[in-house]
Amino acid sequence: MIKMVLPYILYLAILVILAFPLGLYIGKVMNGEKTMLSPVFLPFEKAVYKIIKVKADEEMSWKKYLSCTFLFSAAGLVFLTALQMLQAYLPGNPQRLPNVPWDLSFNTAASFVTNTNWQAYTGEATLSYLTQSLGLTVQNFVSAATGIAVLFALIRAFNKVKSKVIGNFWVDMTRILIHLLIPLNFVIAICLVAGGVVQNFKPAETVSLVEPIAVSSEGNIIEDAVIDMDTETVTVNGEIIDNAEIVTEQIVPLGPAASQIAIKQTGTNGGGYFGVNSAHPLENPNNFTNIIEMTGLLLIPAALCFTFGRNIRNKKQGTAIFMAMFLMLVVSLGVIAVSEQSATPQLSQNGAVDISATMQPGGNMEGKETRFGITASSTWAAYTTAASNGSVNSMHDSYTPIGGMITMLQMQLGEVIFGGVGCGLYGMLAFAILTVFIAGLMVGRTPEFLGKKIEPYEMKWSVLVCLATPIGILVGSGIAAAVPAVLESLNNPGAHGFSELLYTYSSAGGNNGSAFAGFNANTPFLNISIGLVMLFVRFLPIAGILAVAGSLAAKKKVAVTAGTLSTTNAMFVFLLIVIVLLVGALSFFPALSLGPLAEFFSCTF
Amino acid sequence: MKSFRNDMPRAVLFFIVFSIVCGFIYTGAVTAVAQIAFPRQANGSIIEIGGKKYGCELLGQQYTDESHMWGRIMNIDVSTYTDKDGKAVMYAGPSNKTPAGEELESLIAERVEMMKAYNPDMENTPVPVELVTCSGSGLDPHISPAAAMYQVKRIAKANGMPEEEVISIIEKCTDEKFLGIFGSETVNVLEVNLMLDGIL
Repeated sequence: MIKMVLPYILYLAILVILAFPLGLYIGKVMNGEKTMLSPVFLPFEKAVYKIIKVKADEEMSWKKYLSCTFLFSAAGLVFLTALQMLQAYLPGNPQRLPNVPWDLSFNTAASFVTNTNWQAYTGEATLSYLTQSLGLTVQNFVSAATGIAVLFALIRAFNKVKSKVIGNFWVDMTRILIHLLIPLNFVIAICLVAGGVVQNFKPAETVSLVEPIAVSSEGNIIEDAVIDMDTETVTVNGEIIDNAEIVTEQIVPLGPAASQIAIKQTGTNGGGYFGVNSAHPLENPNNFTNIIEMTGLLLIPAALCFTFGRNIRNKKQGTAIFMAMFLMLVVSLGVIAVSEQSATPQLSQNGAVDISATMQPGGNMEGKETRFGITASSTWAAYTTAASNGSVNSMHDSYTPIGGMITMLQMQLGEVIFGGVGCGLYGMLAFAILTVFIAGLMVGRTPEFLGKKIEPYEMKWSVLVCLATPIGILVGSGIAAAVPAVLESLNNPGAHGFSELLYTYSSAGGNNGSAFAGFNANTPFLNISIGLVMLFVRFLPIAGILAVAGSLAAKKKVAVTAGTLSTTNAMFVFLLIVIVLLVGALSFFPALSLGPLAEFFSCTF
Repeated sequence: MKSFRNDMPRAVLFFIVFSIVCGFIYTGAVTAVAQIAFPRQANGSIIEIGGKKYGCELLGQQYTDESHMWGRIMNIDVSTYTDKDGKAVMYAGPSNKTPAGEELESLIAERVEMMKAYNPDMENTPVPVELVTCSGSGLDPHISPAAAMYQVKRIAKANGMPEEEVISIIEKCTDEKFLGIFGSETVNVLEVNLMLDGIL
C-alpha cells in the first residue's frame, strides 16, 4: 500500500519544494528588485526597453494596460494565422508540407494566442519546422507571459493607494520573458534532450522494420500474411495477393521538439510537438524527462501563489490560496488514481486479463504507456487538467468513466486549481472576491479583501470572470450538440460520444487544450466555434481582472479591525473551495450526468 | 484613439523582437547545445549497426512472428507518411476507445483468445493487460516484465533456445524504475528482438 502511494506523495512534494523558492524569485523580479541572476539578465532587459522605447518606471492606467494586451495578442493572432496559411512558400519546411487551410489556421492561432493549445491538427503531419518554432514556440512564450503580466497588474492594485496606474505591460512582459521563461526553459530543454527528446532541423528519418508489413492495394493491413522479401510476394494461406505493397520502413519524426516542449510545459500551454503529445516516446522518452515535464507543468502556477503572498506583504494569504488549490488537486488525483488502477470489468474479462500490479503497472492500461504506468499517467492527468496545461502523457479518451469525469470537472471549475500561469491565480482571486462578498452578506458587513472594499463594480466584473468558463462551455457544447454534422466527429458511441463533445468544449472553455482525442475536431464548424470560445474565455476575464485592478488601485486602504473577516484561516480556505465547487458543479452537473456518469452506471451495473 | 495609434507600432515591434529571440535565438541555441553535447539523443536515438538503421530505440514496432517478443497492440498507419521516394512508411497512433464500452470489450476478448492460442503453455495464466491494450502514443516501445515473462516459453521454443537464455536477454533489456521509485520497470521490445535475431 505504502509502496503504491509513495510515488504520488513524492511527485507532490517535489512540486511544493521547488515552487516555494521560485515564487520568491518571481516576486523579486516583478518588483524590479535585485536577484542573484540580475547581473546576467539586466543588460538584456534594458536593451529591450531601448529598442521599443519604453521607460521602465512609466506606468499605465488599466485601460491602457488592457489595450496593450489586446493589441499585442491581436498582432500574434494575425501573424500566426498568416504564417500557417503561407508555410509552403516559406523556408524551414523539409517535409514539404502544404499550406494550412484558413479555418484550421484560425483555430490554431486562437488556440496558441489564448494559451489554450487546443490542437485540431497533428504536428508532425501538418506544420513545418518554421511554423513550429517561429509561430508556435513564440506564442507559447508570450501567451504565458501575458497571463502572468495581467496577474501582476492585479497584485499591484492591492498594494496601491488612490492610484490611477497599475504598472507597465511592456515592462512586465519583458521581465517575465528575460528573467524567468527563457532561461528556465533553456535549462529544461537541454535536460530533455539529454533524456532522449529530439532537437534538430533535419527531415524525418526512416529506419527498417524488424518485421515488414503487407498492405493491400486499398491501403489496409493484410493479416496473417507471409512475406517473401526475395521475390517481394505476399501470400495468405498459400494464395498470392496481387498488388500488395510491402512496407519495410518506419518513420522517425524529427525537428526542433525539445525547445518547444519545455515551454509548452512550463507556460501551461500544452500543445504537443507531436500529435500524441507527451505520450510520444520522442517527446517524453522516460521517467527522467517525465518528472521534469510533469513538475514543470504546475511549477509556475504553484510558485505564483507564494509570489502573491510575498508581494502583497501577506504570506499567509498566499499560503491560504495555495492550500485551497492544493487540497482540490490532491482529492482529484486520488480519485483518478484509484479508478484507473481498478480499471473496468470490460478490461478484466472475468479474470482472463491480469490487471494486478505485480511485475507490471496493471489497471487500465488502454491508452497508457508502459513506462509511465498508472502512477505517472494519473498524476499527469490530474496536473494537466488542474493547470490549464492540456498536454497529456496518456489518452484521456480511454480513461475510466470516473477518471475521465474528474479531468473534465477540473477544467469546468474554471481552471482555478492552480490553473494557467497567471490566469489560474487571477481567476482564483476573482473567486476569492466572490467568497468575501458572500461571506460579508452572511455576517452583514461591507465585504473587504486585503484592505480594499469590495463594491458592486468589482462584484460585477468578478462574477463575469467566474462565469466566462461555464458560459463558454455550455453555450458552445449546446450549440454543437444541435449541429447534425458534429455527430460524424465522434469516435465512440452513446454516452461516451457525448463525453467527447463535452470534453472538447470544456477544454476550450477552460483554455486547457487537452482532448478526448478520438473526437475529430478538424471541421470548419468546430474550428471556428472552438476558436471563438477560446478567445471569449481568455479575453473577457482579462478585461474583467484589469477593470477590477484599476478600481482597486484607486481605492484607499481600510484598516483591519476585529470585525474584519479573516481571509487567511482554514475557514476561508473551506469557504473558497465551496464557492468554486458550487459555481462549477452546479453549472455542469446536468451535462456530466448525460456523459461520464451515464457511462459509469451503465458499465458497472 | 491617440494612445491606440502610439501603442500599435510598439505592440508590433515588441512582437518582432521576441519572435526573433524566442523563435530563432532560443531555438537555435538549444539546437546547437543539443547537437554538440547529445548528438545521439537529439537525432532520434537510432540503432545503427554497420551503416544500417535497425530501428529507433524509442519507437515501437509490430511483431507477429512467434520467434519474436510481441509488444503493445498497435494501430498501424501506413497512409499518412511516405519516404523520399514516395514509398509508404509505418507509423501508429492510439485507439482512443473507452475502456467501459462493448467495442473494446469484444476486441480484448479476441486478443485474449489469440494470446492463449499462441502461448499454449500459459493457458492457465491470465494475460498481462499490456499485451491486449493499445498504448497512449500507439508507439510504446516497452512492455512490463510480467508481459515479457508471459512470452518466454513461446519464444524459447520458436528459436530453439533454452528458456534461461531468453530470460537473460530480457533482463539485459530491462530498465529499473527511475531512482527505484518513479514510473514502471520496462523491457525494450525492439532490443530484445534484435538480440534474439543476433543483430545486437
